[in-house]
Amino acid sequence: MTTKNAIEVSHLTKKFGKKLAVDDVSFNVRQGEVFGLLGPNGAGKTTTLRMLTTLLKADAGQVKIFGHDTVKEGRLARSLFGLTGQYAVVDEDISARQNLMIFARLNGLSRPDAKQRTTELLHEFSLENSADKALKDFSGGMRRRLDLAVSLITRPALIFLDEPTTGLDPRTRTQMWDTIRHLVQQGSTIVLTTQYLDEADQLADNLAIIDHGKLVKTGTPAELKQQIGGTRLNFTVDRSTQVGAAVKLVAAQVADAVQQTGQQLSVRLTQMAQAAPILTALNQAKITISQLAVQEPSLDDVFLNLTVGKN
Amino acid sequence: MDVQTHSGNLFMNTATMAYRNLLKTVHNPDRFMDVIIQPVMFMLMFGYLFGGAIAGGVQAYLPTIVPGILMQTMLSAASGSGAQIREDLDSGVFDRFKSLPMAHVAPLAGQLFADSLRLLMATVASLTTGYLMGWRPAVGFGWVVAIAGLAIVTGWALSWLFALLGLLAKSAGAVQSVSLMTMLVLSFMSNAFVPLKSLTKPLQFIAHLNPVTYVITAIRQILATGSWTHEALLVLGVDLIIVVIFAPLAVWAYDRN
Repeated sequence: MTTKNAIEVSHLTKKFGKKLAVDDVSFNVRQGEVFGLLGPNGAGKTTTLRMLTTLLKADAGQVKIFGHDTVKEGRLARSLFGLTGQYAVVDEDISARQNLMIFARLNGLSRPDAKQRTTELLHEFSLENSADKALKDFSGGMRRRLDLAVSLITRPALIFLDEPTTGLDPRTRTQMWDTIRHLVQQGSTIVLTTQYLDEADQLADNLAIIDHGKLVKTGTPAELKQQIGGTRLNFTVDRSTQVGAAVKLVAAQVADAVQQTGQQLSVRLTQMAQAAPILTALNQAKITISQLAVQEPSLDDVFLNLTVGKN
Repeated sequence: MDVQTHSGNLFMNTATMAYRNLLKTVHNPDRFMDVIIQPVMFMLMFGYLFGGAIAGGVQAYLPTIVPGILMQTMLSAASGSGAQIREDLDSGVFDRFKSLPMAHVAPLAGQLFADSLRLLMATVASLTTGYLMGWRPAVGFGWVVAIAGLAIVTGWALSWLFALLGLLAKSAGAVQSVSLMTMLVLSFMSNAFVPLKSLTKPLQFIAHLNPVTYVITAIRQILATGSWTHEALLVLGVDLIIVVIFAPLAVWAYDRN
């Protein structure tokens, strides 16, 4: 099976006044994958997403959705994706069922089809019991679910999620992740922006890290983590008098410098096998240690390494 | 499984959007305040409060005040559409509408269509209250329908103006305060509640510049003579010009947003 691209972005650029909000960004999103756009606040994630979803006109560059240019074939391109924005944008004043009905009709479903789809989605997102209540009484999680349900009315093959779990409690967040995974299983392609690195790690097949409007890195979470640096060995030396000796011993075993914070030592390992000689040497020198931990690189490291603070 | 869709046409999309606006009104009874409670309250209050002082009695005052309150209500209902549009824009729901494969102006058109129904409700509320207070126009029901139509057309034309204001303004609060001021100045600085002759010269001058004065004069003339007057035709003409100018501007502002 050949994998086709769901989205092709080339040289996308957007200026706000003199500030380059998005600077010559190019990437592809393959069909059936979860693509994560990562970046600090104000990096240009949402601006990029708004251009991909035709809400914002790009100053330069091109976006193709399933081969259709978003400028020349805007209406067709719009019919191919669903969008869930950063804030739940559903009508507060009307019920969940009415929201779904209206959006189904606006998406071009006939009245009976809209009715059927509404019932299905209410069931799928466990909203049946509150279907006819005003949204004012909905919890944040219910709103997000309804919001996502609205963008799934046409079963789009491509779904954009802008920070889908921001502000959700841990349980609702896990539910949202399950929903997203379920969608992927059904064959949807998903583009999501997030500030939560564990979310990206959990869900995304491919990541693009954006900072100051520029694309700084793309790759799978594993690739990115590998590039940034391997496993770390962390431990605390129990007696402060032994810290100096411990640093010397460890330094003899590894290539990198040993990081020391008080009595805590941390060192980068190129491979796991390096851990054993270090621990043996410490044991022979009668240096007692505690809080021993082997730390796998996290996306946090990748993120902090690749993005620079605004100031 | 695929979901069957067909690209909706402008008419269908507009109807759905109008339905949405009406649902919002039904779920939010406070939106009825300005179109039902306000005209009833003002009609009763102003009628019984000023009737004696201005016209020597409530009955004698009714031919003056009924068209006056009617137009004031139209202005306030029309100004509501600006705030409503701003609220929608701020909530981000228009972004979602824009990302749908539907006619681009449908949200705006739907709003304005729903507004015309609000204007109709406001007109019925005003005129019914007048009737219950004893207002009996001599020209008959047909002409009452005609002036109701004239008032609604004028209110609708003004909705476009307020819609543009809503699209250009920074916040719903700003729209509301500007709308309220406009409504108060335009309705009071006119012949809506007092005879023009009773005003000082500078105030008369302002009242003559006020378009509301012409609409009210047109309505009173129709009710007095039972025929279309030049004034009425002039008002219709100006309404048309307002729509021709401000509807495209509103669509432009909407696209820009």
